[in-house]
Amino acid sequence: MSTTTCDEIRGLIPLYADGELDLDRALSLEKHIEGCATCAAALQEHRALSKAIRTAPYHRASDTLRAKLRAQLAAESSTVLPVPLRGSRDWSRWTLPMAASVALAVGISVLVSTRQSRDQLDDQLVASHVRSLQAAHLNDVASSDQHTVKPWFAGKLDYSPPVRDFAQQDYPLTGGRLDYLAHRQVAALVYRHRKHVINLYVWPSTDGDEAPAAHVRDGYSLVHWCKDHMDYWAVSDLNPEELRGFAELQMAAVKDRADPDT
Amino acid sequence: MGDTESGTTFEAVVLKHLDAAHNLARWLTRDPHDAEDVVQQACLRAFRYFNGFRGDNGRAWLLAIVRNTFHTWLTQNRQDHTSVEYDEASIGLEQVEASREDHLHGTDPEKLVLRAADQRLVEAAMLQLPAEFREILVLRELEELSYKEIAEIVGVPLGTVMSRLSRARARLRVEIEARDAR
Repeated sequence: MSTTTCDEIRGLIPLYADGELDLDRALSLEKHIEGCATCAAALQEHRALSKAIRTAPYHRASDTLRAKLRAQLAAESSTVLPVPLRGSRDWSRWTLPMAASVALAVGISVLVSTRQSRDQLDDQLVASHVRSLQAAHLNDVASSDQHTVKPWFAGKLDYSPPVRDFAQQDYPLTGGRLDYLAHRQVAALVYRHRKHVINLYVWPSTDGDEAPAAHVRDGYSLVHWCKDHMDYWAVSDLNPEELRGFAELQMAAVKDRADPDT
Repeated sequence: MGDTESGTTFEAVVLKHLDAAHNLARWLTRDPHDAEDVVQQACLRAFRYFNGFRGDNGRAWLLAIVRNTFHTWLTQNRQDHTSVEYDEASIGLEQVEASREDHLHGTDPEKLVLRAADQRLVEAAMLQLPAEFREILVLRELEELSYKEIAEIVGVPLGTVMSRLSRARARLRVEIEARDAR
């Protein structure tokens, strides 16, 4: 064929065989191949290889894996996702008594809802911390170098969490991972202090600065603070005072940041 | 999607593609146990990020997570000896291209079909390929995904999908030939 050269056709054969060629070019390729034995052979060969690859085994998931996953996801969903579900079920049990005290309920509803979302967040933080230790999935990026960990988050989050190593103060950075908390993806930075693991969750906040405040939940220490429009939650089995010390270190570091890349 | 449906919806959208997820993981890890590990981690991640899933292509979304999980797993385990991961230059492009030229002028398609009948030979050849080649062949030939879907999953431009696919096929052909000659 005069309009299309064999070289051009060769380049188009894979696209044609993969069904990626537009109609016009597909037709002109078919026309060329009718009159060109070499290109026809090339297409045939391409198809033969394709067919060969398709004889390779397709590894379906086993029933055991499927069952295991269902169980795991069920467990997961009872700790993480359906907080609203569980809440609404509990709520129905209280419908009657609550109807009797509507006025009171309305009066304290604002208080309760703030309190509830705090509790939910506490639950999620502790669950995430525990899961990170159990599932052997502590770090997505394992590195003690803040210049490795920080860029790793670029493109995975729509914000850039400050990342600092405190090895000299005996709180070495060991890595980071993505986690899902408070209805968003968040950065989880992982530190160690002696044998204790600290998960530090960071995400943007609209609130002003808040000094570190510690409390205990299910035996774990939680410390929360706000700095430069970032929310910080540190979770660990360290005692609350030590964890607050860690928070002070973090806060001081953000204050006197001289590092141009943070 | 309402809160009450998040469980069933997740199952409908994602668990439906568990076979595809497992197949990809198995071809990437080349080991049944590792594959299950990767799939489990990937599904857990998928479950956590499911609220952020807005697309209509659950399979592509899940496969992308499987792929990312595999790479995390790989850096933790570092045991994939045959592939210098994703180093395009290391693949011996010239050699592949040269042999491809030979084939264009000298192979008998009939013979290739016959060879292909030996399923174990094809499987062994596939397993010998670098991970990025195994991956793209699995996505294209076993999952029959479009170039666009592959580009999304692998996170590369369309042009890279085409060139990588072409090099993967050429390289596989060389592997099959080598095995057949033994």
